Amino acid sequence: MKTYTNTGNKDTRSGFGAGLTELGQTNENVVALCADLTGSLKMDEFKENHPERFFQVGIAEANMIGIAAGMTIGGKIPFTGTFANFSTGRVYDQIRQSVAYSHKNVKICASHAGVTLGEDGATHQILEDIGLMKMLPGMTVINTCDYNQTKAATLSIAKHHGPVYLRFGRPKVPNFTPENGEFEIGKAVKLTEGNDVTIIATGHLVWEALEAAKALNENGISAEVINIHTIKPLDDKAILDSVSKTGCVVTAEEHNYLGGLGESVARVLALNKPTPQEFVATKDTFGESGTPAQLMEKYGLNSFAIQEAVKKVLKRK
Amino acid sequence: MSNIQQLEDLTTQVRRDILRMVHKVNSGHPGGSLGCAEFFVCLYKEIMETKDGFNMDGIGEDLFFLSNGHISPVYYSVLARTGYFPVEELNTFRLIDSRLQGHPTTHEGLPGIRIASGSLGQGMSVAIGAAETKKLNKDNHLVYSLHGDGELQEGQNWEAIMYAAGNKIDNLIATVDLNGQQIDGSTDNVLPMGNLKAKFEAFGWDVVEIEKGNTIEAILEGMAKAKSLSGNGKPICVLLKTVMGNGVDFMMHTHAWHGKAPNDEQLANGLAQNAETLGDY
Repeated sequence: MKTYTNTGNKDTRSGFGAGLTELGQTNENVVALCADLTGSLKMDEFKENHPERFFQVGIAEANMIGIAAGMTIGGKIPFTGTFANFSTGRVYDQIRQSVAYSHKNVKICASHAGVTLGEDGATHQILEDIGLMKMLPGMTVINTCDYNQTKAATLSIAKHHGPVYLRFGRPKVPNFTPENGEFEIGKAVKLTEGNDVTIIATGHLVWEALEAAKALNENGISAEVINIHTIKPLDDKAILDSVSKTGCVVTAEEHNYLGGLGESVARVLALNKPTPQEFVATKDTFGESGTPAQLMEKYGLNSFAIQEAVKKVLKRK
Repeated sequence: MSNIQQLEDLTTQVRRDILRMVHKVNSGHPGGSLGCAEFFVCLYKEIMETKDGFNMDGIGEDLFFLSNGHISPVYYSVLARTGYFPVEELNTFRLIDSRLQGHPTTHEGLPGIRIASGSLGQGMSVAIGAAETKKLNKDNHLVYSLHGDGELQEGQNWEAIMYAAGNKIDNLIATVDLNGQQIDGSTDNVLPMGNLKAKFEAFGWDVVEIEKGNTIEAILEGMAKAKSLSGNGKPICVLLKTVMGNGVDFMMHTHAWHGKAPNDEQLANGLAQNAETLGDY
């Protein structure tokens, strides 16, 4: 089984910051907007290097989204930065009308997604954002798994014309994808080859899926792990190719099972190849305060939960 | 340059277009549209510097954003009659497969429209964004926007108003259609707006008041003054006092025609008050 090495824990938001810094140097049309969370979003370096292209809007997210939409008129590529909760639910109608329906080239970059935001608790831990954003026609939805991939995705979305939601997080997590790797929007990445079960994971759950696959392998279960960084447009072919071989699937995400990656996968399977599926996701609940590890355990989002789901789905084959 | 009579004639024709558009589909918003007919005619014929043809990026020309998108009939009529798309297309207003959606949108690629609007309160932010990009592009042209007075009840406007002053967006001229009416009644009854001039000034804007917002000369004079204030470190607000339903006597001074179309008899009455000038579509 192919194994992956953690080159050192890093936060995905810093991958975004590094990507934005590089874009500042390579693409003069890139502008950045922030709603009073510059440090949290790791946008300081871009701000220092390009003060004329950095727009501090204050605690006014609705205005930020509108300004970003307007800035595209004349050729700028705006990257907005705030927490995932304030990037989506708080400004849904602004995104819907001024960005998505108007098809503006705005990149909505959202940190602190999911329960791994930790101690701040449920007011700040959005678990509904993937669903909200994937329902908007024309919106590309990306949830990256580590520092390197988040940096690569940040660079990649600047070249893509159209609205994008880029979701990442706060905690330091294993960094294992290639440094300066290519990021192709909508293209799944097969991480391990396997025959017994397909594990489709996104975001912070990708590393957990690899850990689960390693443990399962020791017990004679061969798992194929697929990193779905782009939830929309979904790589239907990669999913169908894999389940044609394995015959069952576990989806894993730091999001409500209503509206998340799992439901998108279920749709593809229902239409093309009905397949037993188990969901590793939060079960229609809000989060709470705690450390990221405690919360991942309590809400069933770690490698152990994935292993349990695999055992369950194998019995349904 | 057009003379005043030419602008009056165009306004009269625009009023006919508005009435006929909303009558045909028995829906739409004639009241606010009629109240802003003179403003749109002045804006597109005299005030804004625009290029021939339509380019979404609008570099090297003035831009306009309609925030209160429900007055789409006046917007469409003036866009068509200033050459953005064929006047005959006004026939398709609100019909299936039309580019002339109930509220303006970029989705169908209608020339002249740069943002969707209709869900209220978003246009000033968009206009500010476009103005920021003009500054980055060192493009000295101006950005204009129009907002309903009732629309200012949406909180996003005040985020935008604060931002524009704090960031010296002095290439923006945001006009408020002060007709004092909204769907449920007068703004004073629904949610009093207080002294808007004092509010904008307190937020750090320059304010120009146009008392006779349905008079061509007054609009031209007021907007010229607004233009002269641009580039001085402050955003500019124009308070345009209009009469909802202007030019059609039974539609004036009431909110009743905010979102209601005339019947056959009322249409005939309205058209009789506005004799054809440039030719119906």
